[in-house]
Parts: sequence; structure tokens; C-alpha cells
Amino acid sequence: MTPARDEYDVAVIGAGPAGLAAAALTAKAGLSTLLLDENQGPGGQVWRAITTTPVQDKTLLGKDYWAGKELVEDLRKSGAEILQGATVWSLDRNLEIGISVGGGACLIKAKRVIIATGALERPFPIPGWTLPGVMTAGAAQTVLKSSGLLPEGRTVIAGQGPLLWLLSAQILRMGGKIDLVLDTTDKRNYRRALPHAAAFITSPYFLKGLAMMREVRRKTRVVSGVTSLVASGEGHVESLSFEAKGKKTTVPVDVLLLHQGVVPNVNLAMSAGVKHHWDDIQLCWAPELDGKAETSVPGVHIAGDGAGIGGALAAVARGRVVARAAIDALKPDAGASLPSAADLKTAVAKAEKGRLFLDLLFRPTKQFRIPSDDTIVCRCEEVTAQDIRDSVAVGATGPNQLKAYRRAGMGPCQGRLCGLTVTELMAEARSKTPEEIGYYRLRAPVKPIMLSELARLPKTDEATKAVVR
Amino acid sequence: MITRADAIIVGGGIHGCSTALHLCLRGLRPVLIEKDYAGRHASGVNAGGVRQLARHIAEIPLSIRSMDIWENIGDLLDDDCDFDNHGQVLVAENEEELDACRDRVAELNRHGFTHEELISAAELRRLVPAVAETCPGGIVSRRDGVANPARTTTAFRRKAGRLGATVREGVAATNIRQENGLWRVDAGGETFEAPILVNAAGAWAGRIAADLGEPVPMKAVAPMLMITSRVPDFIKPVVILRGRKLSFKQFRNGTVLIGGGHLGTPYPETNETVLDWAKLHESAETVFALFAVMRNATIVRAWAGIEARMEDDLPVVSRSSKHEGLYHQFGFSLHGFQLGPGTGAVMAEMITTGKTNTPINDLAIDRFTGRSAV
Amino acid sequence: MFKRIEEDRRKPVEITVEGQRVTAREGDTVAAALLASGLDVRRRTAVSGAPRLPYCMMGVCFDCLVTIDGVGNRQGCLVPVREGMKIEIQKGRREIGR
Repeated sequence: MTPARDEYDVAVIGAGPAGLAAAALTAKAGLSTLLLDENQGPGGQVWRAITTTPVQDKTLLGKDYWAGKELVEDLRKSGAEILQGATVWSLDRNLEIGISVGGGACLIKAKRVIIATGALERPFPIPGWTLPGVMTAGAAQTVLKSSGLLPEGRTVIAGQGPLLWLLSAQILRMGGKIDLVLDTTDKRNYRRALPHAAAFITSPYFLKGLAMMREVRRKTRVVSGVTSLVASGEGHVESLSFEAKGKKTTVPVDVLLLHQGVVPNVNLAMSAGVKHHWDDIQLCWAPELDGKAETSVPGVHIAGDGAGIGGALAAVARGRVVARAAIDALKPDAGASLPSAADLKTAVAKAEKGRLFLDLLFRPTKQFRIPSDDTIVCRCEEVTAQDIRDSVAVGATGPNQLKAYRRAGMGPCQGRLCGLTVTELMAEARSKTPEEIGYYRLRAPVKPIMLSELARLPKTDEATKAVVR
Repeated sequence: MITRADAIIVGGGIHGCSTALHLCLRGLRPVLIEKDYAGRHASGVNAGGVRQLARHIAEIPLSIRSMDIWENIGDLLDDDCDFDNHGQVLVAENEEELDACRDRVAELNRHGFTHEELISAAELRRLVPAVAETCPGGIVSRRDGVANPARTTTAFRRKAGRLGATVREGVAATNIRQENGLWRVDAGGETFEAPILVNAAGAWAGRIAADLGEPVPMKAVAPMLMITSRVPDFIKPVVILRGRKLSFKQFRNGTVLIGGGHLGTPYPETNETVLDWAKLHESAETVFALFAVMRNATIVRAWAGIEARMEDDLPVVSRSSKHEGLYHQFGFSLHGFQLGPGTGAVMAEMITTGKTNTPINDLAIDRFTGRSAV
Repeated sequence: MFKRIEEDRRKPVEITVEGQRVTAREGDTVAAALLASGLDVRRRTAVSGAPRLPYCMMGVCFDCLVTIDGVGNRQGCLVPVREGMKIEIQKGRREIGR
């Protein structure tokens, strides 16, 4: 259950679309390749549980889901070493990688590292979002794919973005019930996105998206133009109040699923020292990459949604571009039989077509990104928006100073669920840009490890030799 | 335009901020210049130990003076800094180490210091029930404790600002020079001048001293720390080991901090550090052996701060040996946090009265430069 | 909160939750098995004791922290169920050293 060797040509972190594509290509080119993934099986979030899902009727999860199977098979034939259930908790500029697998930890090295840790759902800090019964739409989709679970009781799905509609369609197809879909898309976004519609209309997502929205509207009630959401209840979510077109409504609810798009999962890359900048369209941090998707840390590349949200097809294409870069660097002769770098880049451009339209259309509105009053921002340390504003008032200037006042971001999730909110909230409170405010300084271990694992860390070759001498 | 101040302090760590505050308390209007933000480096990310225990004799008077301030830190700063004084305990892991402890306490007593007490295995077990039963005793310093370093440094900065100090963060002090008997320093678009300059620039202080003609044997180091998730209260005093590199404490919020001085790699030019997991592994091994209850605790974060370490592990706290109006306060060599409040008070005393009753002669810069102070 | 689809043909796996027997399926994560169990599986936070259930199910939110076979603070959404696994719900700060 541990890596077979101490050092690899290429280590790929994450077995989603980008990681699968990248690892298959580098392994096929003859580079020793280790693919590390935290889940029990390959597929990432998009193709979650693709090798084990109990949902075997192919029409239910849809064609785009089952498309992942081919990549998994490709990877298995490629000769790459695949380690599932492996959590990467450290990566540094020396390309040393800390791994935790099966209750034990170890350190390995690689000549090239491809970070393919993908995306996570954007924080959705509404009042009551920490109540039991409130989850992300992605969470519901994960248990649907991997365990065939359907929400039970009065179910409301709220927010915006393609996943919201896909999940609704899947639940309904499988015989589940959704009482209400609340669409928070800002009407003004349609006008902003429209100039970029031409590219989207010719993208593969357009017709599929329209069909899915129609399917959902046919089967369940949809309210558009929702401008506020408040979940409440004692010990469990009981009701949801929302406002649409100036009208306030309260509905009883047992399961509330929230979603307002996805953002790059930056923790591992940032902790390794990779420079990021604020993307003002996608409203998130994105790594600074060169033409080969290499980061500011030499030898570390990023592929997939971690490089900026592009979706599954773009992730596959980006994974291949990065793999090609690694092959060119380590074994240039092997490149001859592979698709050219230019062709691979064309594939990326094609897959990214229409992205700007989606980004502008589904750009979440301010009130759902920057909460007010006593709404919890940091779920781990239970820090509210007001706490943060109060800290700013008495001198906290950025997320790292805020830690000294309020411990925001210092819990186990290391800011994954509050970081963007904190940056934007402090930027607003101090009349600065998010870029000026900055982000938490992230530290390894990026996922907690047990003291016993660290205590039993196998001695490296060098250390063993030192002792022998 | 040049802005006049009573003193210019370079460096917004706990030392620079403390000196700024104490100068304000003595009626001066200092300006403090910090290239990042107050507490960005060692002062904000250290282990938070407030320790007189196991110090070099040369710095004990300064440490005791500091302790008196710590015990009333809330009155000074309007912030309790999460200061708790449940003592610090040095654990001997075997009889040989306990003998060394005995000698140490006897030596301190000969110098008239009584803050360290030799303790038996029974007293050790009473103070630290979770420690391995094989440990035969150790030393306790009962007034010692722990505080939140980032919160403390920030509190010093805020109080100094409230009392009239000018604080410039995010701008580096450059072009430090003496003109017409005044120190002039550029900071961003501004220039400040003052009769007094305090070099409290931590890991970056060595270069300032060298540029001003007083090179010292100092290097930047990156001591590593790691912290666990919140666990129920199980240990009150801070624990350090006599024989191995380990310090161990539980904060009020339940998190347990593991340190002890293993070093990572610092990159002072870019404010970055790289951890050495093989050495953190050693710390974990030691905790595993001595505190069985910690074996399944989860480590949520590890980090290293960049700080200055002198060749002789003693700080430089003195007037310049070369220039009128220049004062040095740096090189605290991994144990400067507790000294912050007292050293600021002593510096302010020296600057305003020309002398101090706290013996600090062994910490003077002339031990490296070979000249006596101006 | 969740129910299983009828076409699920995966093998049953028996686990215990706070001493009660729960039938999960092969391939379930601990967190998914808990959500499908119908039991009250709310943990209490280490900070205020507020009740929580899993939020993200993909390893990022840490709201699914749970004690598995005596080892606390495990991410339930990442650990697959195994026959005979003993699950305890964490109420506040996790006890150490048991």
C-alpha cells in the first residue's frame, strides 16, 4: 500500500480528468509515473466512483459521466503506478512529497510534479449554512454517484451554475423528489454574458445545458431571481426563507443543497510556494503559469481546474499539455510518437470555448459571497462576518493578521471553506482589492496527519546511510 | 519632506514594538518601520513560551525584569495576550540528566537566582501527569508560562500606536544614514529623521549592523513548530526536555504545540521557509515516546519563522560601539519572545536616561566588535 | 436524510454506530453510511459544541470528523466502511489517549 519506490520521474496528484490524462501519457512515454489520489477509486469528483457506482443504468448519470471510463482504462494500461486512498499532505520546492496511505506516512521525490487537485465548491455563507441538513449540491451528487443515495424529505436546491441543474436532473431521473429549485443567478449577468454567447452556443455544453434545464423545469418548481437565502432551525435545518422579485417566502425544508460554482483547490500549490493571483472574473485565486503550465516553483505544474476553472473536457486537454511538457523535459525522444504540443494546445482552446460566457453568467452576486452580521464565515473556528469586521476595525489588515485576532482559517480545513470569503470581506471592509488583501499563508500538512504516522515515518535512504556511517 | 521623530525603530517584531511602546510611555514620539507587518516573522509565529527556565546566566536579569511585566501584561496592553502562567518544567529523562539539573540549580543559587527549583519524580508527575513514568524528575520555574505570540506582538503594536508612535508597515527601511548628527531612514516614499536609531530587525538586523560598520556573527534560521487540533485539557505547564530537542505546551483553546528548535531552511529574501520533515519526524518520535496520550492526536499545521541566531546564542542588547544614537536589539537566537517586554523597557530606559539598572553588559555588541560602547 | 436506490446491488457490510448495528454497502464511505443510516449522527464541534453533519463529502470541510475503531478526527467522507468497523460520534473535543 506504499509507493514502490522513493523517487519517480513524474508524480501526479489527483486522479480526476486532468490527473488521469496526464499520468496515462507520461507513463506511456516510459516515464516512471506515480498517480496519487485521496479517494478509494479514480475519477475525481466529476467521475466519482466510476468503477464502483451502484447506479448502473447508463441513462441516469448520463453520457458525460460514463465518458470517464475510457480514461480510467487508458490509465490502467499505461503502466503508471496508482495509489488510491493516498492523501498528499506536503509538497515543497525540493519536490519532496509527503504521503499518508493506509495509516502510514512516507516521503517520496519526483523530478516533475503535476498538481491535478481540481476544484472545490465556492463557499456559500448564508445564515444557517452550518446547520445539519444543509450540504453542498456537490456533496449530494457525490453520495448519489458513489452510494446511490437520494435526498429524503422536503428537499430544496439553491444557487446557480451547471452543477445545480445536472444534480437536479439526476435526482429526478432516479426517482428522487425535489420540492423546489431556487436560482440565484443575477438577471444582470445575462446582459454581461450575452456578448460572449456566440462561443458558448457552439460549445458542447450549450445544447446539453438547455435540455437539462428544460428537463428540471418540467418536473419541479423553479424560482428564478432569488436575492436572499436564510436557513433556520434548532439543531437541524427546518425552514428556508428566500426573497425573489421583492417577495419574501418561507418554506419548510429537511435537506437544503447549496451551490454557486466551483473554484480552484489551491491549498497544496500555495503551501508549496506557488504564486497565485486574483482572478476578478472567476472571483478566486489562480496560479501563475507559463505556456507549459509550469508554476513559479520549478518542476511543479498544475493541470485541470486547479489552474483556473475550465471544466472536465478542458481538464483532460490541459492534463495532456502538462504531460507533454514533462516528457519534453525528461525524455525528449519519447515525444516523437505523441500528439504535438501545438495540437494538444488547440484541444485545450477548443475545450475552453464558451467558458467566459459561463463565468460571466454564473458570477455569484456579492450578497452570497460577502455575508453580513452574525453569519458564520469560518466554519471550523466558528468566526462570524461581524467578528471579522470588528477585527478590521481594531487593526487586522489581512487574513494572516486576522488569525491573531480570531483564529479564522486555523482549524482543520485550513481556510478551504472560508478563505475566499475572508479575502473579499476584508477587501470590502478596508476598501482594497482582493489582490492587495491577499490570502492565508498555507502550511503543510495541508491535510492533518496523525502524530503516530509522523513518528513512524520511514527513514529516508540518506538518513539510513548517515546512521550506518 | 523629512519627518522628524524622537526615535526610529527598524523592525516590527515584539522587540521593536515593545521599545516603541516603552519610549511612548517615557514621553517620546518614535516611528516604527516594518517591511512586512508587525509579528510577520519570528515574533508572531514562535512557540509563545514565556520562559525564565534554562536560560543563560547572562540574560537572566533581563528575563526576570521581563517576567515582572508579563505578569501585568493586561494592564500594559489592554489585552491579556492569552497569557497563562502554569509554570515551565524541564524534564530529565534519566538519572544522569537529573544530576545535571541538580548542578544547574546549585549554580543558579550561587548567583543568587532562585526561580529554578529541582523537583522529584513525584512532583514532576503531579505537575505533568501525562509524562512517561520513567522520568526521574527535573526543574520547574513556577512563574513561567505561555502567551499567544501573534496576539501579543499585535497588542504591543496597537498600544504603541495609540500612545503616539507612528507605525509604517509594508515598507522597508532603506538608505539608513547619519547626517548632521541625525539618523535618516527612507521608508517607501517617506523619509524620517531622529537622534536615535534602534536596530530591531530580527533576521535582517545583521545586515543593518554590518552596513553601519559593526558586522556580527549572525545567521538567519528557521525553527520549526507544529500544532495539533483541539484536544481536551491534559497538561498545564510547558514542558521542555533536558536531553532532546522538544518543547511541548497546550494552549487555552486546546491545541497542543510541539517545538524545540529543529531547523528548517529559511529564505529571508522572499520570506519563505521550507520544512524538514525528517527532523519533524524526530520531534514526533520524542512526543510519541514521552506522551503516550498524544499518539493519535492530529497535526494540523507545521511552520517555521525566520529569525536571527548569534554564534554564541546570546542576543545583542546594547548601544552601538561605533555610532552615537544607535542602539542594537536583535539576535535573540530562538528565545527572544519572553524577553520582548523587558528588553523594550530597558532600551527605553537606556535611551532616555543613558543607563539601566538591569545588568546587560554581557549582551553588548562590543563582544564581537572589540570596541567598547560609545 | 438520504435513502438508498433500489437497484443498489453492492454487498452489505455490517458496522456499528455508537453500538448500534448498521448495514452499509461495500464502497460506501463512513460518512455516506452514516447519512443513510437514519440514526442521529450529528457530531458536536470542538469550539462551541454546535451540532454538525457532513457538508462537502469530498474531503475539504472536516464536518464529517468521526472516531473510527478508536481513532478520532478521521474524515468520514474519505474512509471506506469495513466489516465490523466501530464508529463513534464525536461530541466536542475528541478525547485523546484512549
